[in-house]
Amino acid sequence: MTPQENALELEDLVMHFGPVRAVDGVSLTIPRGRVTALVGESGSGKSTVGRCVVRLVEPTSGVVRIAGADVTHLSRRQLRRHRSDVSIVFQDPAGSLNPRMLVGDIVAEPLRLSRRRLSRRDREARVAAELGRVGLRAEVARRYPHELSGGQRQRVSIARALISEPMLLIADEPTSALDVSVQASVLNLLADLQRDIGFACLFITHDLSAVEYLADDIAVMYLGQLVEKGSREQIFARPAHPYTQALLSAAPVADPERQRQRQQVLLGDDLPSALDPPSGCRFRTRCPLAFDRCATEVPAQIEFGDGVAACHLVQPDGTRPDVRAAETNEVLS
Amino acid sequence: MTTAERTGTPSSAVEAPVLEVRDLSVAFRTEGGTVSAVDRVSLDLAPGEIVGMVGESGCGKSVTAMSIAGLLPGSARVTGSVRLQGTELVGTRESVLRRVRGKEIAYIFQEPMTSLNPVLTVGRQIGEVLQVHERMSGRAARARAVELLSLVGIPSAATRVDNYPHQLSGGMRQRVMIAMAVACGPKVLVADEPTTALDVTVQAGILQVLRDLRDRLGTSILIITHDLGVIADVADRVVVMYAGRVVERAPVTDLFAFPYHQYTAGLLSASPTPGVHAGTQRLQEIPGLVPVLSTQPDACTFADRCPAADARCREAAPPLEAVRPAINDHVAACWHPCPAPRTHVEEATA
Repeated sequence: MTPQENALELEDLVMHFGPVRAVDGVSLTIPRGRVTALVGESGSGKSTVGRCVVRLVEPTSGVVRIAGADVTHLSRRQLRRHRSDVSIVFQDPAGSLNPRMLVGDIVAEPLRLSRRRLSRRDREARVAAELGRVGLRAEVARRYPHELSGGQRQRVSIARALISEPMLLIADEPTSALDVSVQASVLNLLADLQRDIGFACLFITHDLSAVEYLADDIAVMYLGQLVEKGSREQIFARPAHPYTQALLSAAPVADPERQRQRQQVLLGDDLPSALDPPSGCRFRTRCPLAFDRCATEVPAQIEFGDGVAACHLVQPDGTRPDVRAAETNEVLS
Repeated sequence: MTTAERTGTPSSAVEAPVLEVRDLSVAFRTEGGTVSAVDRVSLDLAPGEIVGMVGESGCGKSVTAMSIAGLLPGSARVTGSVRLQGTELVGTRESVLRRVRGKEIAYIFQEPMTSLNPVLTVGRQIGEVLQVHERMSGRAARARAVELLSLVGIPSAATRVDNYPHQLSGGMRQRVMIAMAVACGPKVLVADEPTTALDVTVQAGILQVLRDLRDRLGTSILIITHDLGVIADVADRVVVMYAGRVVERAPVTDLFAFPYHQYTAGLLSASPTPGVHAGTQRLQEIPGLVPVLSTQPDACTFADRCPAADARCREAAPPLEAVRPAINDHVAACWHPCPAPRTHVEEATA
């Protein structure tokens, strides 16, 4: 595959904040027009990956390539050329929209910063079109963020992110702060826009259930490293890594009869410290299936059929462990 | 763990409720005028029962919960009746409420870090409750604190008791909050979004602790959440709130199988659930927002967002009455309820 076919390539990305090993060797590729969900608990380093991609932080080592261009260590000035290739939507729209700016100016800002010179009238037309695309009326341009509801504010963030026609959108927990009914409309909007416009997307979330509609591929992150990658179908139907299985089993199903028949895997509460991650497999301290080798040997990424997982119990022929042994038929078949 | 253990004890109609809420209304005086937050809410909590209260933000769930033990600020006008084991709490003197809180009824909130005192060890904070309400000595309170910490599933409780809140993870802090809440063996535990700030793997553990408390101590629990998955997991009965009113109340399996009110049905189909909606392209949306009301209109407050609303919904408030065909203490307030599936009708008439 030539580099131009990938919107994003991460090679062995490492981001250490002093002694905190937030991201420790993540490799991930998102082809153009595909949606990859990056799933993990708080503290897993998933947001830091997103921040490295848009270069809010400069990675400690590794490579970030956007549309084939290495942006890992570019200066602010050098980055400007690539800014319109990638945009980000944050979790909390109240915190990521400037309260003193009108919505119209917020949405137009990426145009102002790009070197394309537009007349005021053209810019206003672009803003109105962009607001329309995210389901807001053009009059909203003359409002301030505080006059809008949470769902409307998140639509403004999405309009701002998409007005520069980026090839890649980073969505960092875009619906986690919203009510379920509003969350549904924002997820639908993102799915519609993605289908219509065809941008690639890195969808960062702690909520596996939110990505079943959107994601083509899913990458699961634990304590700074990827433990499993695969297609959406593989991850939901045949999760290979014990951590992925535990995550899926812990997410409650909105159906009392099914929910109460499931046997959940209860992990301990404590995510180990990223200052001093466990030796060998980082998940071993919470893994119900851990054995001697897990403490001494870092598991390799094993490729099997349609996925990749880093676990000593996963075999290339697709053999995989099952942390819910008693419940094999219900979830794995 | 067996399935039987997880389904828990069903609510018993024979025993008198521990908590009876009748026609509870709450209005706030604000600079912009009056805001009606809760309108004539009634609900019962039987001994050892877990009742889930669900709705979007702004529906009055938390205000209802806070008003039960008089936790609202002075700008709130609370009317109606709240009886805890027969004792009226609305309009009761603060000195009486102070004896009741912590001892008879206890709360846990969403964000454990802001509810814990950062400069006291968790042992001191749990001990404080026991020293105040049970007049225990410091030494006895500390020993009891260790027992309580292991009751809520904190490993090596004897050393954790000397930790400060910042030394604990989010899940551990919420367990400490629960230990503190149940220290005096309250009859009623009100849990307001207890797992919202936590990861799913941690949430599963906290819900397990709540279930254990009910099973082992017989505590009645009112759990407030916006997450229908949490309701499906722990609740025996469910109260659905919308814009300050109870719009539907039913045993948990009935509510999920046969949602009657259009709002309940909307919430259910808007919730993404792994595996359930596989293959579908879109989630169901509920257009619009929860209204902020200055007065409670004589109309259905959901009408503006409802796919089935007509003139009648805007002219008269639907009463909260038994759904037809009547089964299992299932009530709803809707003029145009979701059509009952055939199996439902057959079951009820059989």
